[in-house]
Amino acid sequence: MSVPSAPILQMENISKRFGRVAANAAASIEVGEGEIFALVGENGAGKSVLMSILCGVLRPDAGRILFKGQPLKLGSPLEATRHRIGMVHQHFMLAPNLTVAENYVLCQGSPLRPLWRTTDVAGRIAELSRRYGLEVRPDAFVRDLSVGERQRVEILRILFQGAELIVLDEPTAVLTPGETDRLLKLLRELARDRKTVIFISHKLDEVMRVSDRVSVMRDGRVVFSASTRDTNPRELARQMVGRDVPTDLPARAASPGQVVFSVENLHCRNDLGLPAVRGVSFVIRQGEIIGVAGVSGNGQSELARALAGLIPATEGTIRLNGEEISGLSSHAINRRPIAHIPEDCAANGVVPQLPLTENAILQRYDRAPFATLGLLNVRAIESHTQALVEKFHVRTDGIHAPIQSLSGGNQQKFVVARELARHPDFLIVNQLTRGIDIGASELVMQAILEQRNLNKAILLISTELEELFALCDRILVMYDGRLVGELPPDRGRLEELGLLMTGEAIEARRLREAVAGAVSGDATQ
Amino acid sequence: MQTASMLDFLSTAVGADWRLATPLIFAATGEAICERAGVLNIGVEGIMLIGAFSGFATSHATGDLALGFGAGMASGFLTALVFAVFAVTIKANQIVAGVAINLLGLGLTSFLFRTYFISTGRGVDIARPLNIPFLSDIPYLGPALFQQNLLVYATIPVVIAAWGVLFRTSYGLTIRAVGEHPKAVDVTGKSVALYRYSAVLIGGALGGLGGAFLTLAHANQFVENITSGRGFIALSIVVFARWSPIGVFFVSLLFGLFYALQLQLQADPNVRVPYQALQALPYLTTIVALMLVRNRWDAPSMLGIPYWKA
Amino acid sequence: MSDIPIRSSLDPAVRLLSRAGLAALAPIAAVLFALGVSALLLQLNGFHAADVVNVMVLGAVSDKRSIAEVLLKATPLILIGVGLCVAFRCSIWNIGAEGQLYAGASAATACGVNFGALPAWLHIVLILVAGSVAGAAWGALAGLLRVYFRASEVVTTIMLNYIAIILTSYLVTGPLKDPAASYPQSAKLARDLWLPRFLPPTRLHVGILIALAAAVAAYVFLFRSSAGYAVRVVGLNPSAAAYAGISVARNVLLAIAISGGLAGLAGAIEIAGVNYRLYQDISPGYGFEGIAVALLANNNPLAAVASGVLFAVLRSGSELMQISAQVPQVLVFVIQGLCILSVAAFSAFRRRGPRPAG
Repeated sequence: MSVPSAPILQMENISKRFGRVAANAAASIEVGEGEIFALVGENGAGKSVLMSILCGVLRPDAGRILFKGQPLKLGSPLEATRHRIGMVHQHFMLAPNLTVAENYVLCQGSPLRPLWRTTDVAGRIAELSRRYGLEVRPDAFVRDLSVGERQRVEILRILFQGAELIVLDEPTAVLTPGETDRLLKLLRELARDRKTVIFISHKLDEVMRVSDRVSVMRDGRVVFSASTRDTNPRELARQMVGRDVPTDLPARAASPGQVVFSVENLHCRNDLGLPAVRGVSFVIRQGEIIGVAGVSGNGQSELARALAGLIPATEGTIRLNGEEISGLSSHAINRRPIAHIPEDCAANGVVPQLPLTENAILQRYDRAPFATLGLLNVRAIESHTQALVEKFHVRTDGIHAPIQSLSGGNQQKFVVARELARHPDFLIVNQLTRGIDIGASELVMQAILEQRNLNKAILLISTELEELFALCDRILVMYDGRLVGELPPDRGRLEELGLLMTGEAIEARRLREAVAGAVSGDATQ
Repeated sequence: MQTASMLDFLSTAVGADWRLATPLIFAATGEAICERAGVLNIGVEGIMLIGAFSGFATSHATGDLALGFGAGMASGFLTALVFAVFAVTIKANQIVAGVAINLLGLGLTSFLFRTYFISTGRGVDIARPLNIPFLSDIPYLGPALFQQNLLVYATIPVVIAAWGVLFRTSYGLTIRAVGEHPKAVDVTGKSVALYRYSAVLIGGALGGLGGAFLTLAHANQFVENITSGRGFIALSIVVFARWSPIGVFFVSLLFGLFYALQLQLQADPNVRVPYQALQALPYLTTIVALMLVRNRWDAPSMLGIPYWKA
Repeated sequence: MSDIPIRSSLDPAVRLLSRAGLAALAPIAAVLFALGVSALLLQLNGFHAADVVNVMVLGAVSDKRSIAEVLLKATPLILIGVGLCVAFRCSIWNIGAEGQLYAGASAATACGVNFGALPAWLHIVLILVAGSVAGAAWGALAGLLRVYFRASEVVTTIMLNYIAIILTSYLVTGPLKDPAASYPQSAKLARDLWLPRFLPPTRLHVGILIALAAAVAAYVFLFRSSAGYAVRVVGLNPSAAAYAGISVARNVLLAIAISGGLAGLAGAIEIAGVNYRLYQDISPGYGFEGIAVALLANNNPLAAVASGVLFAVLRSGSELMQISAQVPQVLVFVIQGLCILSVAAFSAFRRRGPRPAG
């Protein structure tokens, strides 16, 4: 184990159980003052729990914490703030119906303190944002800010409260490559200012780029600690999963055939009635996986939902096997050979309280063999469920257990199994591996590639660039409701992809065109 | 109708409107605060009933009107406390708990009324109009606006105070955050439950006051189910007013107008509409109002959803 | 809310029984708690609680006649409770069964006092069907308001209760008023339109059998049919339902129409089996009591039969209590409220909060 020069924080043998699950089992870390410390591990490895204990959100069952050499016993996040420990949560702790400044003064001072004197607050916010080069408008409502802006607001709030130790929980999960670069730069500036930074991640390239030291967690324990310069991504990955990461995904065994699915000039609106998809066209052939890359909120969700018939297309056509399906209800589309693995399966793909059996028939509950004469055919449902569970190695207490008793990865495997069992010609996948562990990711990725090799057409919408590079034949980039570019799955063109995703490329072109237009306009006059 | 009698009619109608809107204003203002904190209390009908009965019983026993109003508020507060225990601490379904509070309110008040009062039949002295010097002498306007009882005038400071607390104090800021993103409050170390309790209890006290107004300033007697749905109407006023106390004031006046018209037209022999049509007016209006307020994303996003601490 | 999983392999009878026993434990505790608090309330107000409870529970089931009276009261409670099981399983908070019952009773009466030319059996069927349809339509109105205007059914069903009651009051003072009567009420149904009685000399009529059949049918619908499956999916996760091509709007309308229809049927049965004519206050609050019936049954239609009978015992008992001990009958509302509160508390304890992600 490497030891930091002057440890500002030592967490020793921290244990925490939830019922039968040991989230932390004697986990220990040491962090030096002014360093950037990365805590990596798969989902469920216990990183967030350990950090929640550090920040006073949870109390440990055993173990001790030394902060600046003093034992630290925290009863609440408020006490953590008093000790100048602040946390940037994955889900921001900002009330969207309040302004930035209001969020900063939330719960500070006496409850009956009047709010009309916020100018000094605004001044301090301005000063801090100048110092770290963050643009934050104190009077903006949080609901009007982008995800990246919200994160900056959140980090600034922690600094506003005087934090010296800053914990960030998977801060880059929601950011574009450009925004990620900005964040990592900010972290370095904080470290230069003698702030100590702990950041949780499972993106090893970021860890390698920015951290001074790194610890790996697995099954609630810290299994590996090192100086970042003394290790490498391969070793970290092996420590995370406890074995070598196999990279042997099935090779291509099919070449693109005839067109299965085509979209022409598709337009649709989001929940607020604003245009979200603005003239999207593409075709997908048999044996082809087309990726859609983009930062969340650029119309990908609406695209997937429009293709599945959940929201109407205001313009354009969608064809499956030559048949026009735009305008059909999701009920009608579900009766065609289309399967859909939706975004956030726990919310959209399963009914958590129902058993696996009843989740296995979600789209086919009223059709043979699962229903006869309007009544459910229990035997057929059970054997079907059993087959799904076995085929995808879903770990479960049995097919009558409620599906919410499964881990996220196993739920995702079950949904993938269910959708593939419908023998679709065309498969919409929205976020295949988000939030699930490496083992489950690998299995579902293999399954998708097998489908390609069975000559299926697949649309893969994802914010995980690694997933897109590993699976796709072509990657389309979506920005502001439009497809702004197409790239081959070549990692060498990552930077170009980032520029397209953030719209910087398109803004630059727009500017060029505007200038050109102005020039030609001058010329004609 | 001649101009003079028309003005008389209007003057009486406006005066009656404000008076009849008063219990709605109190109850709906309380409910707005409660819902801003993310708690949907449909038990406000039962709370008003209990307030109406306690106010009446106390005033009946002591002869003291102020004590009666105090008892109305206190009993509303206590009933809301029961509701809050179930809705906030036990995290029961808030609609179900509200239905239960309404049944309890109806059952308890009717039970106690039949046990202790039904044979007495004696009423209480109700709150007298408080004429504001000079202003009350203005023709038409005076009788309409400046010859009301104290509680009716009190609606204005109460509504302004509620608005001020919600939007101009740190407490109100926290309440609004609790209804929208309770975890953001939780991580600062403040208790979400405590804030929700406080909002429910304020709502209960105001609901109880609104109920007491019915027996101590409107009628002089308790009658079984005297609220006849005013608590439910208060619920829809809150939606229509977009969770703003100022909005509550004006929407309540609109509903008060229906009650006022109902009373006046019912008394008018020239009107040939069946009285049931007038009776149904507030309920029909509520439904139409809910149809008109279609975009409901002003609602606190955690409305009706219990908060579990990590 | 827990669910009855599909099972083909027969559980060992013992396990099944013990599970049913455990499931029944919470409601029984809830009822005992409610009775206990009510007894305390009685004692505090100068009544002898022990005597009262004695009269209430034992008096209600002492002989054939009183048992028949209990079942007579249980009929509308079971019908409404069963309907609400379907609505609540779909997460529709239908507080409007009372109004739906009035709508059904009014329509049934309108049919009953007209169409005299029809054969009696057909006329009875028409009365029951008219009641069901009117109740279903009254419920569906709130459903439409929710689906197309996003108006909360909690508020709209309550408003529709008042409107239905006012409408009934209009009917019995106007169009349906019996010209011979001074009191606002409709004409009496012809004798051959009365529902057949089957336990003479008591008043017990075939309505109870209809209620039992409805309970079984609702159970099969919810847990064994594909349509009922869709209703439950919509209730538990509307988003997943939409993704799976299950129409949320259609199932919301279906569920509230079924629940309104059963409440309307209860109203029709009250007319054709008990009162034989329409009054202004035809229901003593059955619609609200039905909520307690469904909740105590954990939204299981078969269990709603038991909880419907239980509440009927309490209601019958409270009538006896008023007669023999001068305890106001309205105490039954208090018991209902307490039952609902304690059931709500139990089911909240059974649910577990979300666990933090690791």
